[in-house]
Amino acid sequence: MAAKTYDAGVKEYRSTYWEPHYTVKDSDILAVFKVVPQAGVSREEAAAAVAAESSTGTWTTVWTDLLTDLDYYKGRAYAIEDVPGSDDAFYAFIAYPMDLFEEGSVVNVFTSIVGNVFGFKAVRSLRLEDVRFPLWFVATCFGPPHGINVERDKLDKYGRPLLGCTIKPKLGLSAKNYGRAVYECLRGGLDFTKDDENVNSQPFMRWRDRFDFCQEAIVKAEAETGERKGHYMNVTAATMEEVYKRAEYAKEIGTPIIMSDYLTLGWAAHNSLSKWCRDNGMLLHVHRAMHAVMDRNPNHGINFRVLAKLLRLLGGDHLHSGTVVGKLEGDRAATLGWIDLLRDRHIKEDRSRGIFFDQDWGPMPGVFPVASGGIHVWHMPALVSIFGNDSVLQFGGGTLGHPWGNAAGAAANRVALEACVQARNEGRELEKEGKAILTAAAQHSPELKIAMETWKEIKFEFDTVDKLDTQHR
Amino acid sequence: MSKVQDYTSRLSDPASRKMGTFSYLPPMDEAQIRKQVEWIVKHGWNPAIEHTEPQFAKSNFWYMWKLPMFGETDVDAILAELKACHEANPDNHVRLIGYNNFTQSQGANMVVYRGTPV
Repeated sequence: MAAKTYDAGVKEYRSTYWEPHYTVKDSDILAVFKVVPQAGVSREEAAAAVAAESSTGTWTTVWTDLLTDLDYYKGRAYAIEDVPGSDDAFYAFIAYPMDLFEEGSVVNVFTSIVGNVFGFKAVRSLRLEDVRFPLWFVATCFGPPHGINVERDKLDKYGRPLLGCTIKPKLGLSAKNYGRAVYECLRGGLDFTKDDENVNSQPFMRWRDRFDFCQEAIVKAEAETGERKGHYMNVTAATMEEVYKRAEYAKEIGTPIIMSDYLTLGWAAHNSLSKWCRDNGMLLHVHRAMHAVMDRNPNHGINFRVLAKLLRLLGGDHLHSGTVVGKLEGDRAATLGWIDLLRDRHIKEDRSRGIFFDQDWGPMPGVFPVASGGIHVWHMPALVSIFGNDSVLQFGGGTLGHPWGNAAGAAANRVALEACVQARNEGRELEKEGKAILTAAAQHSPELKIAMETWKEIKFEFDTVDKLDTQHR
Repeated sequence: MSKVQDYTSRLSDPASRKMGTFSYLPPMDEAQIRKQVEWIVKHGWNPAIEHTEPQFAKSNFWYMWKLPMFGETDVDAILAELKACHEANPDNHVRLIGYNNFTQSQGANMVVYRGTPV
């Protein structure tokens, strides 16, 4: 091979980082970005710039480039596609060789591929739409502490979605009143209740008091109903010392599940907590506070499907994934895409769901998607149809707002859920026959009947901001 | 407040104990049970029958009724085994499981004969 010579100065990125004939390797990490270049910058140059700045490149040639084999280490843009429905944006497909990344480090991968490049001047906006994690990387990551099937076995719950409820008001209750609300929900038929993400250890309710009262609620509701129950005890805190202290105490009192906010806690911290959970037989519920900062703008940021995939790698047994039908943002096809990415073993490329790459998870367990936010009994047929069995459906206001209280609200949701599952198994179409199914079930459940009368008219029909890219948005 | 109804679940009342999926609905009639069996067969899950005295229902391990019916797709045969288990253990909960050997989990699990609460 002819030796290269040092030629100082600024070269066009595309001379080094645009390789349209590159054959992708199974070991490559692949990424697709939606790019809007600055005026006057060609697509090839912008794509190459993104590849360069997210891998080995810098703005000028340096002599130390010649001490290594950059052709081996560099990321390269290998394809460009139009974005349906957009004149100025395009998709840039970039392949990164495995040597660029530390094994098992989600932190390292993202520090590289979404590091400096999002502030790069040559692009006006940039969005990471999808990442293909090769099997070698998946296998070096930790993954869910237990996964869907182990959680079902531990909780002895099969053949249906699980039911939860976030306790409200989210701030300001005393620990004992809070525990009361938990108890009422669990005795009425919910599987779980949840700390709100804002609930950590404020002056009005310190974490230890909350844990104690909630655990008493769980124990009594289990004795009363004969079923296993849990309350997601939020251990999210300011320091890892404090996180571990709270997690250890949760274990000591025998609670089955704790929770963390993986984006605000930080990925490394969350990864450590997830490992602790596996070591200690503790289920881990994961909330996603702050996600919309990154994933809602359709032109800039990181699509939630990437944040969902990286959570599966970091570890969690549940992850909030949007409801499609409730008060929070969520395109239906896109949501179906990322709930499959959370749960399934092998997911095929499917542009109609926003999935750009095949993704093989190998033996890594799946994560329960959690539908939470502004949902009530009338949404149940659609939720069971959209999410299927392996999901957690969480009704906050839809439980606590029942005119007869939490236990009745919980029972209404449980009856509605079981009626929908039974009807689905009988071959009925839930989204068409939902009203008839619920009305029939309500004949045996005064709690459901009142719930249906209370929430009849409520709908959330604002347009979705982050839609899939299609010709006619 | 006079219209508010009490939720009557009690620690002291064994009838308050639930038993998993479908236990918040009225007991299934024969036609309904048949449809659930068909759901299990349709998925290629392996039917299995278990039973327990209601006071020990919290255990993970109920008594197996014989062995799981691996590969059984005859709905009537499955219904007949459920009935046989119930008749031999009339006071016990009898549940039907659909083992999914691909996920190594249970695709379905439901009590089809409810035992006598104690």
